[in-house]
Amino acid sequence: MLLLTRASKRAIRSEVNAVETVKRKFTAAELQQYKKRSMFGEVWRNYKKSPSAMIGLVVLVIIIVVAIVAQFIYDYDTDIVQQNIKERFQTPSAEHPFGTDQYGRDVLTRVLYGAKYSLAVGIVSVAISCVLGSSLGLIAGYYGGFTENLILRVCEVFAGIPSVLLGIAIMSAFGQSIVVLMFAIGLVYVPMFARTARAAVLPVRDQEYIEAARVSGVGDLKIIFGHVLPNAMSPIIVQVTMGVANGILTASSLSFLGLGVPVPAPEWGAMLSGGREFIRDYGYLTLFPGLAIMITVLVFNLMGDGLRDALDPKLKQ
Amino acid sequence: MFRYIIKRILMMIPVLLGVSFVVYYLMDLAPGDIIAQMAPQDATPEQIEMMREELGMNGSVFERYFRYLGKLVQGDLGTSLSQKRPVMELFLERFPVTVELAFGSILVAILISVPLGIAAATHHRTWLDGTSMVTAMLGVSMPSFWLGLLLIMLFALKLGWLPSGGREGFAALILPALTLGANQAGSLTRITRSSMLDVIRQDYLRTARAKGVSEKQVIRKHALKNALIPIITVFGSTLGGAFGGAIMIETVFSWPGVGRLTVRAINDRDMTLATGCIIMFTMFMTLTILLVDIAYAFVDPRIKARYSK
Repeated sequence: MLLLTRASKRAIRSEVNAVETVKRKFTAAELQQYKKRSMFGEVWRNYKKSPSAMIGLVVLVIIIVVAIVAQFIYDYDTDIVQQNIKERFQTPSAEHPFGTDQYGRDVLTRVLYGAKYSLAVGIVSVAISCVLGSSLGLIAGYYGGFTENLILRVCEVFAGIPSVLLGIAIMSAFGQSIVVLMFAIGLVYVPMFARTARAAVLPVRDQEYIEAARVSGVGDLKIIFGHVLPNAMSPIIVQVTMGVANGILTASSLSFLGLGVPVPAPEWGAMLSGGREFIRDYGYLTLFPGLAIMITVLVFNLMGDGLRDALDPKLKQ
Repeated sequence: MFRYIIKRILMMIPVLLGVSFVVYYLMDLAPGDIIAQMAPQDATPEQIEMMREELGMNGSVFERYFRYLGKLVQGDLGTSLSQKRPVMELFLERFPVTVELAFGSILVAILISVPLGIAAATHHRTWLDGTSMVTAMLGVSMPSFWLGLLLIMLFALKLGWLPSGGREGFAALILPALTLGANQAGSLTRITRSSMLDVIRQDYLRTARAKGVSEKQVIRKHALKNALIPIITVFGSTLGGAFGGAIMIETVFSWPGVGRLTVRAINDRDMTLATGCIIMFTMFMTLTILLVDIAYAFVDPRIKARYSK
C-alpha cells in the first residue's frame, strides 16, 4: 500500500525542506527577538494600541509632575493657606485663572498643590488594600474549606457596609488625619481585592504545576506567592488601577463631608465643600476642584480599561 | 425554593451580627464620652458611674455590645442626645425617604443606560458607540456630589426650573434622582453594551435575520430580552450602590433621609444616633438586596431548578 511514486516522494521531500527552511529562518533571525519578549513587553505592546489608555497614561504623568513641582514652587504657609481678605471672590481673570476663594486664596494654586493629597491617598490606600486583600484572597482560594469560608464571611461584613458609612465610622473612631484616611479607604476596599484574588486563584489552584510543586516539597507560602500569585496577577493589576480611581472618589467624598483631610489643606473634596456655600454667586469655586477630581479619576479608569484589554486580549471585543 | 430562601436568610445572620459589632466597636472608639457630656458639671465620680450603669454604658465593649444587641432585637436603639427622641423612631421615619431616592435613581439609571447601551452595541465601532462609551466613562469618574452641585447651579439657580433641595413635591426628587442615577448609569451602560454585543453574535439572531425578520424586530424581540438578563442580575448590587450613594446625595440636596441624619449625627457627635443609623441602614439595605435576589429566584428557572429537590 505504501508504495510511493517518485513524484510523491519528491513532493514530500520538498515539504520537509520547506519546513526545515522555515525552522532555520526562525532560529536564525527571530529567536533572539522572541527571547526578548517578556510578559511586560507583550502587555506594553498591547497597551500602546489603545489611544484612550495612552492618553490616560500621559495625563497621569502630567498630574504626577504637577503634584511634585507644585511642592517646590509654592510655599504651604504663604501661597496655600494664608488668607488675603482684600482679594476675596475675584472671578477668573488673567492674574487668577481660576479666581480666588472666600479667603482671597488663588484657586488654581490650591488645585495644583492639592493634587498630592488625592494621589497620595488613592495610591497608598490601594497599596494597603491590595497587599492585605490579595493575601487574604490568595490564602482563601488556596486553602479552601473553613479558612476560605471564614475569610469570605469577614469580607462580606466589611463589604456589606456602604463604603462612605464605613469610612465615616473609621474616621470618627480614629480621628481626622490623612494617615487615618489612607487606612480607612484601604480597609474599605480590602474585600474587593480579596474577592478578585480568590477568583483568580480558583482556576490556578488545581493545575498540575501547583501539584508538582507541592509534591516536590515546596512550602505553602512559597507556592502561594511564587507559583499561584504570578499566574493570577492580571485581574489584581486591573483592580489596582480601578481601586485607585474608587479610592480617590471615596476620599474626596469623606473630605466633602468634613471627615477626610482636615482644613485648611487644599484637598479637592474639602475645597468643593468650602465653595458650596457660595454656589449661588461664585460657582467657579466648586467647578475647578470637581473638574480636577474627575480628570484624575478618569485617567485611572482609562488606564484600567487599557490594562484589562492588554493583559487579556481575548476579552477585547 | 423554600430551601433557597432559608439558606440565604441563615447565611445573612452572621454577616449582620458582624456588621453590627464592627460598627458598634468603631463608634465606641470615637472620642467624646456621652456620660461626661450629659452629666451636670458638679457630678461626683460616683454619680457618673451610677449614670453609666443606668444607661448600660458600664463594662467592657463586649458586654456593652451584647446589651446593645439585646435591646436592638427588641427594637430599642437608645435615645438620640441631639434630637431627644428614640433612635429607632428617627430611623424608621427617614428610611422610606432614602428608599424613595434610591429607587428613583435606579429608574433614571435604567432609562438612561439601557437605550444608550443598546444604541452603542447596535452601532458598534461608530461615533455613536464612542460617544456613549465616553459618556459612560465620565459618569463613572465624576464625583456624584460635584455633579449634584453642577445640576443645582444650572437647573435651580440659573434656570430656576427645579428646587435646589428639600423634599416638597415630585419636582424636588428630579435633581437628586438624576444625580444619583447618572452615577449608576455609567456602569449599567457598559454592562448593557457588552451583553448586547454578546447576544448579537449568537446563532439564533442570524437565524432570525435569515428567515426575514426586520432588523428592528430582531433587536427588539430577539436580542433585547436576552441582553437584559445580566442587567437584571446586577440589580441587587446596583441597588446597594444607590443606597450607598444616597448618603452623599442627601447631603448635597438636603434630602431628609438616613444619610443626612447620619452625617448630622456625626457632626453633632451624637454617637448613639450615628451607630443606630449605620447599623440599621446596613441591615435594611442587606435585607432589601436579599429580597431582590429571592425575587429573581422566582423569575429565573435556573436558580429554582437548583433547589427544587
